[in-house]
Amino acid sequence: MAKRVMLIEDEPNIIEAISFILSREGLSVETHSDGTTANDKLRASTPDLLILDVMLPGKSGYDILRELREEAGTVDLPVLMLTARGQTRDREMAERAGVSAFMTKPFSNAEMLEQVRTLMAETS
Amino acid sequence: MLNTLVFVGSAYALFLFAIAFAAERAALRGQARWLRSPIVYTLSLSIYCTAWTFYGAVGTAVRSGFEYLTIYLGPSLVLIGWWLILRKLVRIGRSQRITSVADLISSRYGKSNLLAVGVTILAVVGTTPYIALQLQSVTLSFEVFGVGDIATGEEKGHTALWVAAGLALFTVIFGTRNLDANERHNGVVMAIAVEAVVKLAALLAVGVFVVWGLSGGVSGVLDKIDASSLGQWQMDGGRWVGLTVLSATAFLCLPRIFQVLVVENENETHLRTASWAFPLYLGLMSLFVVPIAVTGLEMLPEGSNPDLFVLTVPLSQGRDGLAVLSFLGGFSSATSMVIVAAIALSTMVSNHVVMPLWLRYARGGAKVSGDVRGVVLLARRLSIIGVVMLGYLYYRLSGGGAALASIGLVSFAGLAQILPAMLGGIFWRGASRLGALVGLTLGFGCWGYTLFLPSFGAGVFLPEAWGAAGPFGIGWLRPHALFGIEGIDPLLHAVFWSLALNTGGFVLASLASFPGPLERLQGAQFVNVFEHSAAPRSWTGRVAQAEDLMIMAQRILGARDAQRLFEREARRQGMAETLPAPTPSFLETLERELAGSVGAATAHAMVGQIVGGMSVSVEDLMAVADETAQLMEYSARLEAQSQELARTAAQLREANAKLTRLSVQKDAFLSQISHELRTPMTSIRAFSEILRDTTGLTPEEQRKYSSIIHDEAIRLTRLLDDLLDLSVLENGQVSLNLREGLLSDVLDRAVAAAAADEHAAPLRIIRDPAAERVWLNTDLDRLSQVFINLVSNARKYCDAARPALEIRVHRGDRLVVDFVDNGSGISPEAQDVIFEKFSRVSDQKAGGAGLGLAICRQIVTRLGGEIRYLKGQDGAAFRVALPADIALAVE
Repeated sequence: MAKRVMLIEDEPNIIEAISFILSREGLSVETHSDGTTANDKLRASTPDLLILDVMLPGKSGYDILRELREEAGTVDLPVLMLTARGQTRDREMAERAGVSAFMTKPFSNAEMLEQVRTLMAETS
Repeated sequence: MLNTLVFVGSAYALFLFAIAFAAERAALRGQARWLRSPIVYTLSLSIYCTAWTFYGAVGTAVRSGFEYLTIYLGPSLVLIGWWLILRKLVRIGRSQRITSVADLISSRYGKSNLLAVGVTILAVVGTTPYIALQLQSVTLSFEVFGVGDIATGEEKGHTALWVAAGLALFTVIFGTRNLDANERHNGVVMAIAVEAVVKLAALLAVGVFVVWGLSGGVSGVLDKIDASSLGQWQMDGGRWVGLTVLSATAFLCLPRIFQVLVVENENETHLRTASWAFPLYLGLMSLFVVPIAVTGLEMLPEGSNPDLFVLTVPLSQGRDGLAVLSFLGGFSSATSMVIVAAIALSTMVSNHVVMPLWLRYARGGAKVSGDVRGVVLLARRLSIIGVVMLGYLYYRLSGGGAALASIGLVSFAGLAQILPAMLGGIFWRGASRLGALVGLTLGFGCWGYTLFLPSFGAGVFLPEAWGAAGPFGIGWLRPHALFGIEGIDPLLHAVFWSLALNTGGFVLASLASFPGPLERLQGAQFVNVFEHSAAPRSWTGRVAQAEDLMIMAQRILGARDAQRLFEREARRQGMAETLPAPTPSFLETLERELAGSVGAATAHAMVGQIVGGMSVSVEDLMAVADETAQLMEYSARLEAQSQELARTAAQLREANAKLTRLSVQKDAFLSQISHELRTPMTSIRAFSEILRDTTGLTPEEQRKYSSIIHDEAIRLTRLLDDLLDLSVLENGQVSLNLREGLLSDVLDRAVAAAAADEHAAPLRIIRDPAAERVWLNTDLDRLSQVFINLVSNARKYCDAARPALEIRVHRGDRLVVDFVDNGSGISPEAQDVIFEKFSRVSDQKAGGAGLGLAICRQIVTRLGGEIRYLKGQDGAAFRVALPADIALAVE
């Protein structure tokens, strides 16, 4: 059964790009664009990997991640964080919140795919 | 005979030296009490009776009858009324440490050295002839004994020179032995007291001999008087009063009298004794004048000099011993006068002329140490020699003739010019320096013109014609008939006019001028001397002083520094365990240390106050006040500066806060821009890589992904355009392109441009064409940019099922255009921030970076209007209000 990736992102074109790349890798991709409902969605069906944007409407990626890490079911979930704000401070905040990997937009598709593979391999 | 006389004279001189020396020794041993008894004080006043009085009284009696009594009457009246003037003079002299008449006048009028020099010159000019007179009388008396032996003027001159030299030597030795701040001379005072006894004894002895030895008792003398010209003598009332006033004045003003009366005064209460004892002394001195005169007239050949009757009467009777005693009396009178006069004048000359000059010219260049004692002593000694020699020169130049005989009164009249300034100074606070200067100048000038210069004889100094017709033929300026008042005795005339002009000038100039602060304070100290000073007071105990000084020093220097200073000084004095004794050098050191903290004058006043006895003078207080004023000014300046600093600090804090705020804003802005730019670039990069790397893409996919790249590139461009636009608007660098056009046309263009966005949902736009027919004169493109923004916002964000936007136009005092849609509006929190950069209300897609409304606000502000969110409408509502003057008349 194909591994499942959940993508939380609010830019439609970026959603489309990432979905296309991951589908071609044989992964099933589920996307959400609203920050406020993200945690409920995750609780309902926990994916093998979460790709998370930082600046989301309603709730920031950091908050979603921190909540995630407090719950038993998702405490070890691999999370790849993507952000358009590439400052050192943002990376530090992501690490404190418990991120597994961190990438700055714009990213190279190959690198992003490599990151995804690495994270999935660690869990399985 | 002459040899005997020389021997007796020398022996007498040696005796006086011994007396003076013994008195000095006794004073040094602290046995000065008996030296300073009221009787000695009274006897010392007898220097008033000079050789002129001793010999000349008889001569005056022969020439002018009882008029000689006026010379005794004046001083007697002054002393009897001692509490009126003398007591005040003595008290002032003590409390202000006055050293001479010149010092008194100068001190009273604000320490004016000009006045001091003036009075000194007056005193020297007035006293020199008098010293010459004494030398003449001694020479004459020698002549009497050696008739024929020393007839030539050459030898007369020698005698006078020897006498002068001897007197100068005596005065130098006993007048400048030590420099007492109070200028007291125990040896000199004792010697002149002895001389006073000698001259009284001599005159009484001659008198007794004349009355009971030659005239057969009192009744015989009275008969002789009746028989002589004195019996027919008529009293000239005016001249009597005039001469009495003159002698009283002279008694107050003569420098030598002032010396013994005020400067040498040990105790104010001595005046009480002198007030009866001195008139008594004068009475005894005058008792036998008339008997000697009538006896001389009767017994001696016609043409004998009546001025020498005191000597010649005993001599003619072969009473050589009596004659020698009489000679000693005359000698005493002459020498005591010269000695005291020389001391008094040398004090003035050295204090007011030599020292100021020396301090000004020699001190800086000569690099002398602080001790000027040597210089002062030298100045005193040279001054004494100078004064005595001046008298000698005057004697030689004037030829010792008749001119000298009348010089006594002339001299009196000259010195009397000091009186108005002196009495005015101690009784009238309004008296001013200018008044004293004017009065003295007028009086002195008048005296010189009407009395002094004419006294040398017509034609000597003043042309003869002046006496008869006045200078340059001006009759009312004749020296003996000023202002045409003729027929008065020349002496009275001169005294009257000089004192009248003097007093008048003094009073008028005093009233017209305004005394300086130091002068006013000195005036108050002098006039109210009895309120300001205690009667003679004892010095405070020395023991307490060191502790008091320590307490004060601690207060000013701080305990540690003060203790260190006192320990150091004590070690230097060789007493390590105790406080240092208040020696002058220690006090000086302490004063210097304190001066560093509180200023020199204040330090001096403080130390002086504690050490006691040293009264704090007005000058000191003035200096203290100056220092205090400076300190206050300084602290006021400091306060102003610290206020200024506080203000500057506040400004700096504010500027810093602003900078911090700006920095935070800048960081946030950069972060925002970064995000806004990266987002479209992410899509562009991702899809371009997909297009490049992915094989087997359908043409459909290829077209779709290419157009995403295209859209995002456009979005990126627009974003950059907006950023640049905003930046230009914010910096105020934009120039408006004013044009005329219809509001409806601008709105048409905006609606059309907004509709061009193909992604946008359909939006119904409700307009009011009639209201829109307004002609504008403004930057139409910029205004249109605002409208496009508002319309496309409505198109993007209006969440109604059937979105509609109503554009309302109305004109009041401003032209108002409202944009109201039928959506759910904007939340109150968001309303506050929508006009800020990068504030996006709803965040999804839409593509806006949140700069639109910020740009709108900038543009409307530039156009002179205002844009704001309109509350209370159903949906989102924006109001653009423009100034009325951009709207032209409706076409």
